[in-house]
Amino acid sequence: MNDTGSPARNQFCFRIRHSEKGMIQAPGPGVFLSEGHPEEVPVGKIIDRRSFLKIAGTGLGAGALYQVGAAAGTGPHGMALVDLLGRQNGERVTPFSFVQFSDTHVGFDGPPDPLGTRAFEQAVAEVNALPRQPDLVLFTGDLTHDSEKEGEALARMKRFQEIAAGLKVKNLKFVPGEHDAGLDGGTRYRTVFGATYYAFDHRGVHFIGLDNVSRGKPVVGPEQLAWLRKDLARFGPSAPIVVFTHRPLFDLKPEWEWYTGDGDAVMNLLAPYDNVTVLYGHIHRHHAFQDGHARHLAARSLIFAFPDPALTDDKKPAPFDKGAPFRNLGIRRLDLAVQGERPVLGVEEVELSSREFAGTVGIQQFLKGEIQL
Amino acid sequence: MNRTSLAITLALLACAWLPGRAQADPKVIPITAKRFEYSPKEVRLKKGETVTLVLKSEDVTHGLFCRALKIDSDITPGQETRVTVTPQKEGDFIAICNNFCGGGHGNMKLKFIVQ
Repeated sequence: MNDTGSPARNQFCFRIRHSEKGMIQAPGPGVFLSEGHPEEVPVGKIIDRRSFLKIAGTGLGAGALYQVGAAAGTGPHGMALVDLLGRQNGERVTPFSFVQFSDTHVGFDGPPDPLGTRAFEQAVAEVNALPRQPDLVLFTGDLTHDSEKEGEALARMKRFQEIAAGLKVKNLKFVPGEHDAGLDGGTRYRTVFGATYYAFDHRGVHFIGLDNVSRGKPVVGPEQLAWLRKDLARFGPSAPIVVFTHRPLFDLKPEWEWYTGDGDAVMNLLAPYDNVTVLYGHIHRHHAFQDGHARHLAARSLIFAFPDPALTDDKKPAPFDKGAPFRNLGIRRLDLAVQGERPVLGVEEVELSSREFAGTVGIQQFLKGEIQL
Repeated sequence: MNRTSLAITLALLACAWLPGRAQADPKVIPITAKRFEYSPKEVRLKKGETVTLVLKSEDVTHGLFCRALKIDSDITPGQETRVTVTPQKEGDFIAICNNFCGGGHGNMKLKFIVQ
């Protein structure tokens, strides 16, 4: 961010030169323009107009900050395109940012993490410190750690709400994880947080929260699939869609329960749409996966990290490092790249450094521009 | 055919039938689930040999899931669940509980060793 609170690096801007028969031209990969300071950029890559909108993300160590830009609106043709897509999709896309938190596990007190809720609280503070506040915050499950002690599960949900209420942004959206809703079918969760799955529109982007935990097994289930089919029916293929859920919707590591049994059915319903991003948690580590038109991104946890499943068969949390208590929290930057004729997002990780037990300095350096990405 | 010949013929038919019957009945392997472990923790199978897993739960609803062996079954307390498996390749395969059963659920697993 710059001093005026404008996104300095992370917003994708396509300078539209002209459009013809549904095709527009966009700059090459990795082009970032400071808001209010448009620059001429080389034009060359041709993209389908339906994919002109992309989502950029920057990890805060605490989650991920995403910025949505419809920078096509930088000229008369671009504005016409934005208007056209707005009419097709029901609402015109306008730039905004949002944050993803995941796996806060409020109430967890076992090894390897002696921090309790401190990482969560720190994350709240980091987001509150952003010069320009996000429009909304998505929580992708395991808000609390399960407890069968009388009254404890509810107390943990209330504690979660207290911490989350510390966010300046008040537009908070939740989906459950299995630790919130797996033992009672989501009954308590619904009482405290509301529906386990739902959809809403925000500035031209359609958000869909999916529940793949409350049936006990890692499935969405036929009722929710029917609901999703109906929900999507009003949108054209150009609609930008963000799905947020807890478990991955693809087979990431089935033997670690990193999958959703009917994830393929969900993705088949989303297949007609050209601009789909799936945000999830559960795996307690960053992961990016491109599946055709859809991008799947996992956020880190705020309690502990799991190891890379490609390196070990043993699903044990990473050991706690007192010298770097927020280790595995880092900055995630997503860059525009090009595969063939289509722009896609690349992911770059920058690990934060910690100077003291209760705080990270890396994010502050990042905000001040001391870390050059 | 006199009685002796009939008896011999029936005896021979029975001998021919019994081994076939024995082959048709898969080996039965009982597996018990309770929070947060299976008993036994390891099960040895032979490649190409069909077996029947008989699954029981001692407490809550569990699951038994192993993508490689095409197992995906709930284990409901108070009832017996039978799953037929014919391993197609050798190796060690981890099966997990995929029905959330509490805090130790994430480490509830069983190893199938196929030889």
